[in-house]
Amino acid sequence: MIELRGRGIVPGVVEAEALVTRDAISGFGGIDVATGTVIEPRHELFGVCFTGKVLVFPGAKGSSGWSGFFQSTRLMGTAPAAMVFRVITTKAVLGAIVTRVPTVVEAMPDPLETIRTGDRVRVDGDTGLITILDRGRQQAGFTE
Amino acid sequence: MRLTDEERVMRDGAEGEAVAAAMDLLIRYGEALGAERLVDTRNVAGTMTQPSPAKAKLEREGGWARAYAVINLDCDRDIEIPRMKVPTCQLQHGFAEDAAGLTAYPTTSIELQGSAENYFSERGVNILATCTPYQVGNLPVRGEHVAWMESSAVVYANSVLGARTNCEGSASTGAAGLTGKIPYWGNHVPENRLATHVVRADVGIDNFQEWGMFGYFVGETVEEARPAVIGSLAQPDLADLKHFGAATATSGGVELFHMPGVTPEAPTLEAAFGGLHIPEPVAYGPRERQWVYDTLNAQGTSTDVDFVLLGCPHASLDQVARIAHLLEGRRLHADTELWVMTPRALRTMADRNGYTRIITQAGGHVLTDSCPAMSKAAPPGTRVFATDSAKQAHYLPAILGIEAWFGTLDECIDAAVTGRWRGGLRP
Repeated sequence: MIELRGRGIVPGVVEAEALVTRDAISGFGGIDVATGTVIEPRHELFGVCFTGKVLVFPGAKGSSGWSGFFQSTRLMGTAPAAMVFRVITTKAVLGAIVTRVPTVVEAMPDPLETIRTGDRVRVDGDTGLITILDRGRQQAGFTE
Repeated sequence: MRLTDEERVMRDGAEGEAVAAAMDLLIRYGEALGAERLVDTRNVAGTMTQPSPAKAKLEREGGWARAYAVINLDCDRDIEIPRMKVPTCQLQHGFAEDAAGLTAYPTTSIELQGSAENYFSERGVNILATCTPYQVGNLPVRGEHVAWMESSAVVYANSVLGARTNCEGSASTGAAGLTGKIPYWGNHVPENRLATHVVRADVGIDNFQEWGMFGYFVGETVEEARPAVIGSLAQPDLADLKHFGAATATSGGVELFHMPGVTPEAPTLEAAFGGLHIPEPVAYGPRERQWVYDTLNAQGTSTDVDFVLLGCPHASLDQVARIAHLLEGRRLHADTELWVMTPRALRTMADRNGYTRIITQAGGHVLTDSCPAMSKAAPPGTRVFATDSAKQAHYLPAILGIEAWFGTLDECIDAAVTGRWRGGLRP
């Protein structure tokens, strides 16, 4: 088990599969709240659904609608299960609060380097602890 | 977070449940940011009245109070919403009724927005209905702490006006309007306003298109950081700075830039860095310029243009005048629509000057309150659009699934008149 320690900014504990991107995410114009999918054509997660996943991303970009769009994913039932990000901005922080999913920021070692898409992860927004419980199947061949 | 006595009693309910909920959100938000305290503000620009499916559902459940509580205060309790404590304005809407018949808005959404306007007007929200409140009288002064959302307005307020705001959201502005408070963090703190990067233009930035492309490059380069831009910069006007800032906020997350000799906190490049070390500049030359142009034009293949969109951020009166001048005595192509988006207050002046009549006689429309990116609506059947806005060229293909051409105002007007895209990057 690998542990990452950061600062919990939205309380709660959740275990889910990780979805990792190195690209900052745009809320307005970047996600479709009805389907919980990234829709920005140049984004590496273009067409990928984040609903129920631990969304691991560098931070927010684009419009101040960011928080409202992620809040809408909660109201529409398409929200991620948790958020992990590095760059503290008002957009991403307010977005995490109104999405009301466990959120950890500024974790070490760097989540973008440590967590891989498909890993099963526990995010503890109370203590700021992130735990990689299982490596995802798609990476198993490389790690064993 | 340190609270004043006033803030503590607000949190504890002395001014009612809505104010208490607003303080609760501001405290959670401020602590998550790592803010030490809140700061007073008397200028809030947010969004309350534009319809959305989520808002419609909440309004059905418990009226506008419920919608405001959940969306603008992150509160699930049934509470009454009092008058805003400090001057607060509504930013752009989902649509305006002047687009009725041009594009399909559900009747229920039109009614919903109307009833929201009535409700929030009674609570002291000024329905400016524009992404550019600074163009219609909400003009904060240098050093003033404000709570604004809308990325292009935030970057303008911070950079061009020297006011202090973070990029707020529906919930934080909803709470700020009821309390006159916002976390003292980020751009509110003087040392966080110093430049971090230098970007130097080695090609002439001397017209609206060049300012937009340069801004798109700067945002892509610095992301959320604070650039000082130098080099071959002609004297910009309001529209140039509006376009430049909007582009930096679109491709990156820029909330504050410095332009030595132009913006108020940067009389010199040294001042922009507060006397600290100035990093090596990133160069914007012909190759970078070509990259930006190609990127913004990589979303079009068909040169048959159905739709031309001007005014993003909302057109100034001078921009509307230029459009009218170019269209005078001409007719739009039968299969091409032209929308010019402007604040309703400026449309009144465009009407008075005869600009609206010229644009309308040519077959175009001067529309208010919204834009296709907000309303998620273009003229029915649009497949290919053209625009002079780097921001709309970036967003609309994703939002509407249409092709985009980005060019100069002259090229856009040419496309509106001929129905063909004949633009290209001039040396």
